[in-house]
Amino acid sequence: MMSDQKMNGSEIIIKALINEGVDTVFGYPGGAVLPIYDAIFQQNQLRHVLVRQEGGAVHMAEGYARSTGNVGVVLVTSGPGATNAVTGLTDALMDSIPIVCLTGQVPTHLIGNDAFQEADTTGITRPCTKHNYLVKDMADLPRVMHEAFYVARSGRPGPVVIDLPKDILMGEGTYEDFSSVEHRTYQPRFKAAKTEIDRAVSMIAASKKPVFYCGGGVINAGPKASKSLRRLVKLTGAPITQTLMGLGAYPGSDRQFLGMLGMHGTYEANLAMHDADLIVAVGARFDDRITGRLADFAPNSQKIHIDIDPSSINKNVAVDLPIVGDVGAVLDQMLRAWKAKNLKTNQKALKAWWAEINEWRKKDCLKYKQAGDIIKPQFAIERLYEHTKDLDCYITTEVGQHQMWAAQFYKFEEPNRWMTSGGLGTMGYGLPAAIGVQVAHPNSLVVDISGEASFLMNMQEMSTAVQYRAPVKVFVTNNQYMGMVRQWQELLHGGRYAESYTDALPDLVKLAEACHWVGLRATKPDEVDDVIKEMIAVDKPVIADVWVDQTENCFPMIPSGAAHNEMLLGPEDEAEKPISEEGMVLV
Amino acid sequence: MGLDNTIERHTIAVLVDNEAGVLARVIGLFSGRGYNIESLTVAETDPDAAISRITIVTTGTPMIIEQIKAQLDRLVPVHRVVDLTIEGASVERELALVKVAGKGNKRVEALRIADIFRARAIDSTNESFVFEISGSTEKLDAFIDLMEPLGLVDVSRTGVVAIARGKSAL
Ligand SMILES: Cc1ncc(C[n+]2csc(CCOP(=O)(O)OP(=O)(O)O)c2C)c(N)n1
Ligand SMILES: [Mg+2]
Repeated sequence: MMSDQKMNGSEIIIKALINEGVDTVFGYPGGAVLPIYDAIFQQNQLRHVLVRQEGGAVHMAEGYARSTGNVGVVLVTSGPGATNAVTGLTDALMDSIPIVCLTGQVPTHLIGNDAFQEADTTGITRPCTKHNYLVKDMADLPRVMHEAFYVARSGRPGPVVIDLPKDILMGEGTYEDFSSVEHRTYQPRFKAAKTEIDRAVSMIAASKKPVFYCGGGVINAGPKASKSLRRLVKLTGAPITQTLMGLGAYPGSDRQFLGMLGMHGTYEANLAMHDADLIVAVGARFDDRITGRLADFAPNSQKIHIDIDPSSINKNVAVDLPIVGDVGAVLDQMLRAWKAKNLKTNQKALKAWWAEINEWRKKDCLKYKQAGDIIKPQFAIERLYEHTKDLDCYITTEVGQHQMWAAQFYKFEEPNRWMTSGGLGTMGYGLPAAIGVQVAHPNSLVVDISGEASFLMNMQEMSTAVQYRAPVKVFVTNNQYMGMVRQWQELLHGGRYAESYTDALPDLVKLAEACHWVGLRATKPDEVDDVIKEMIAVDKPVIADVWVDQTENCFPMIPSGAAHNEMLLGPEDEAEKPISEEGMVLV
Repeated sequence: MGLDNTIERHTIAVLVDNEAGVLARVIGLFSGRGYNIESLTVAETDPDAAISRITIVTTGTPMIIEQIKAQLDRLVPVHRVVDLTIEGASVERELALVKVAGKGNKRVEALRIADIFRARAIDSTNESFVFEISGSTEKLDAFIDLMEPLGLVDVSRTGVVAIARGKSAL
């Protein structure tokens, strides 16, 4: 496999990328990476998408990765190029998204000298990557390139940085294809032991109030894992809830799906978790947005936890049966065991459990009233869902109320269709992520459900969308507020809306036009449908500026530090259930 | 297990690739996640395979200790993580260099105690000794405490190294 042909470092890098199946790189040039750009210029297998700020490049690669299941690739220069990428890398780490980020570096002999555009990139990115490398020896380059891809996509996926001094990019070396070489130390466990599987299925069969609680790990395990999950949930007849990251793993419109759980999850999902006698956690990590007050989390339940990352297990919540393995593989093992043993869930108990759940459902916790002249944000998103649900559509979001409403009202039937910044909650994620998705799926509809404040954070990428003919749609629920901040100020800080009003907002329609986009606006409920239809019909990037109720809050809400059964269902509850002081210090 | 809030002290051995940044990864993990390090020692133990052994003494609840091990094991250059405190019997040693300065009776007394503790004087002047002492952390603590009133001026300790008893390797 070793080729004797001498190449320079940049050519070796391109060759390795191509052999890893990469077709697109999101990047931005600068002095330290010019040799790679030169090599890109001289070939035509790799496409380069020029972003407008490096932070956008990482989010685009994330959108690309999450919608395809492949590793997303980023290329940035040294110093400010690398530091601009840090937010995206952290985002990818928190949400377990496979990214390989190539960063330029000053030549090896200048490292440590405070050279122009030098930053300690491996030092800065060590805590926000799954792993990182600084290549100081030409001979290491081919191995490191391939190893980075292996690390990024294996086990619990994550971002990997390769820091590349300029002399390495220009030096001479030989390429060797390491893409199928086994890694010395990093080999995550894939399958579960038979005893674990046997115990898991018998716990499910014996339970009276089971609930599946599934997260982004199911999506990361590939579409096959979602299929297996669906089969197992159907076979057992148990209810299922999903985290923000897990939406789409199980069909959103299915009767057994209780909706999202957690801080803005549904009443029925959270109460089912609270009252369950068995929680089957699949590729989810019991984070604080899910558990609420830990001491009161699912107090009467046994817990099975399936995850590929042992460090996710017993981190926040102690479980009875930990199973380390690939979610897809383990679910298949469970399916086989369930069938081989001819198991059945306790039908009588399950019936009673569903009766209880259906009572909770009757609360209709997501209800809202669309009356009068003001558009309710929930209504706008529901209409968007109705117009796009039968289309080949991908949804990204920014961060805030609109994100939660999107999660509540948009029903995802398939995995990899929903891209949102879950763990880090990065405003400005949605637009670049949408462009990354669109680049990977040029013929699909890609909509960024957005808030006006978040949109402003990365709006420079509008220009990228135009250059690469990525006709993304930014659907802004425009409340002129950092709505989620305003909501917390209302609930926790006596309605003192410090700095959460977005004054001097640009006219988004004119902004669209100035950027060669199409701008549309809806200010009345009866304009919403037309705007959505036109947005879909136009073969160009579009901002749909939908003016919504500025005072609307997102419910249900489990305030920080409260338990699942202390949920606020609507404005009426705000006064009755004041938030505790301990809760206020939490985020 | 979740309810067990007793703080335990564990000695963990970690085999890692001896490559740039590996110690920073381990230390960064502890500081980033707020874990305690009581002591940490590191040196290359297998030069041919370029493998180093890190010995970490840490404290935490059983759940935290489990997290620490899982998080360490997740680092890419880590080969093995072994909790010597729970995996069978092990022996632990630490070495200290202890400088005591003084004259007259105190000097005699320092020598006498050093003898009892089997510490060796590896440097001496008219007014000072440097003792080398090895043993358990508790023994070193006791020795240093006794030297305090006798003119203790400086201490350098290695931190704990540990190894399992019996014939098998890590
Ligand atoms: C980069 C970043 N800075 C700050 C925050 C804190 N934050 C969370 S939501 C939010 C307001 C978002 O406003 P907007 O995009 O208009 O969405 P809305 O809540 O109004 O729907 C802010 C400031 C964040 N999540 N990300
Ligand atoms: Mg807003």
